[in-house]
Amino acid sequence: MLFHSKFARRLAWGTFFLLSAVFFGLPLLMLLLAALAGQWNGVLPSQLGFGNLLDALQDARGHALFASLATAASATLCAVVLGTWGALASRRLNGAAQRVIDAVYITPITLPTVTVGLALLVAFSRPPLLLNGSPALVIIAHVTLITAYAYSGIRAGLARLPEAYEQVAASLGASPARILFGVTLPLLRPYIAAAASLGFALSMGELGATIMLYPPGWVTAPVDVYALTNRGSIFSGAALSVLLLAATVIALLVLNRLGRHPRRS
Amino acid sequence: MSTPLPLRIRRGLRLPRTLWLLPPLAVLGLVFFFPLYELVQQSLSGGAAHYLRVLHAPIFLSALGHTLQIGLLSTLGCLLLGGVLAVLLAFVPFPGSSLLSRFIDAFLAYPSFLIALSLTFIYGAAGLVNASLMQLLHTSVPPLNFLYTTTGVVLAETTFYTPFVLRLLLAAFGTIERAQIEVAQSLGASPWQVLREIIAPAALPALLAGGSLTLMLTLNEFGIIFYLGAKGVITLPMLIYGKAIQEFDYAQASVIAVVSIVLSLALYALYRLSFNRLQRDHALPL
Repeated sequence: MLFHSKFARRLAWGTFFLLSAVFFGLPLLMLLLAALAGQWNGVLPSQLGFGNLLDALQDARGHALFASLATAASATLCAVVLGTWGALASRRLNGAAQRVIDAVYITPITLPTVTVGLALLVAFSRPPLLLNGSPALVIIAHVTLITAYAYSGIRAGLARLPEAYEQVAASLGASPARILFGVTLPLLRPYIAAAASLGFALSMGELGATIMLYPPGWVTAPVDVYALTNRGSIFSGAALSVLLLAATVIALLVLNRLGRHPRRS
Repeated sequence: MSTPLPLRIRRGLRLPRTLWLLPPLAVLGLVFFFPLYELVQQSLSGGAAHYLRVLHAPIFLSALGHTLQIGLLSTLGCLLLGGVLAVLLAFVPFPGSSLLSRFIDAFLAYPSFLIALSLTFIYGAAGLVNASLMQLLHTSVPPLNFLYTTTGVVLAETTFYTPFVLRLLLAAFGTIERAQIEVAQSLGASPWQVLREIIAPAALPALLAGGSLTLMLTLNEFGIIFYLGAKGVITLPMLIYGKAIQEFDYAQASVIAVVSIVLSLALYALYRLSFNRLQRDHALPL
């Protein structure tokens, strides 16, 4: 306790609530209100209803949500495999070699996402590697941008893993493959789920690289929200954003559940 | 005769562990380092003269200036807001404060462009604040117009990146012994003295690490500026997008991209240095 007087403590709490409400609560609240709004002429929107949200599930809007979910799901899967594989394979390297592998994995997220998009555009726009215009390029960009988080999450998990289980399994004669699939990976389960959650959330909201690369038939939700608000369909844009957030939160809850150890349910 | 092979021989037949690193490194090489190499090649295609021409153009210099200005101001904003919130959250806790800090954590899953969109509903021309002021002042002209300027971009980026600083600060504050504060207070230290003598030294490495991380991320930020569509606020990522997608000028775009990459890598190195210090001083997990 920094303050012992009741007045000072109340003042501190008031400051905290005011700051977090103005900076974090209010933006979220207004986005939700705009998504429900039928009209906004006065201070607050009016004619609230679910019309915008239902519209956002139809036709092109619904396709944008699908493109985002499909991109995020495939990119997350690839990133988790790449990240876990790298973290496991570099586990017993010495300090310098470990730092090199770390740098290789982390570099992509230190760059502006727009430059990652541009690099992919430059590299894959001519034969034999002609991927420009295909959804695959969007997914590749997302994999590049989220693998680092998967890698560092799994690596942190591995560092905290008790080694005794694997040593016991090895001394009992289990093969390396059996130890990997029977001991190490199950122990890593919560970390893998956490890495997948973070990657999925980032992929759902990715804009900088996607806008450089998306083909006309693969408009993700963030790109579509931009197109909508730019055209003046602000409520539709807000509604699609809220659905994007809702889909992300549901996916995170499912992943969180999958990450728990089954016997501790 | 039927005795199993000694363990050592079986081990010797196995591939060295490092070979397992090849497949993921090959994938990363193909999808990231090869494109990066192609980008640098593309940027060099016009020779050094082209580089100099692009880098001396007023539009590049103004974009660089805007990028640095927005990055530095937003970072300052994040350190201030994050610092105040972290001190209050850690040292004046209230029932449910851990729940609230988890809510702020969840903000990391909020895409940055949505902050820009949400802020237009509050501070935009027809947003909550302007509509209220217009009713209050009986005018039809929105009195507040800062959202589509540098100020608006800085506000949005400060909002979005503060949780990053907050997390690092809370982790650092978690290592301060609460007894240390109580002893200091029982010896007559004022809250101000506790803040200066105990909390500030613990916060310094976290502020340094958080500051360089935020600076790197804000220099790279694209979605917020793109969504706000602030006229006249062109940063390096916006310029790269404009050159490549709107003007199809890959040669110029790649030169600017390479410069931008060098800037980001330098900042990342700074972040690693300060983060390593933080980790050493506080034994933080990775």
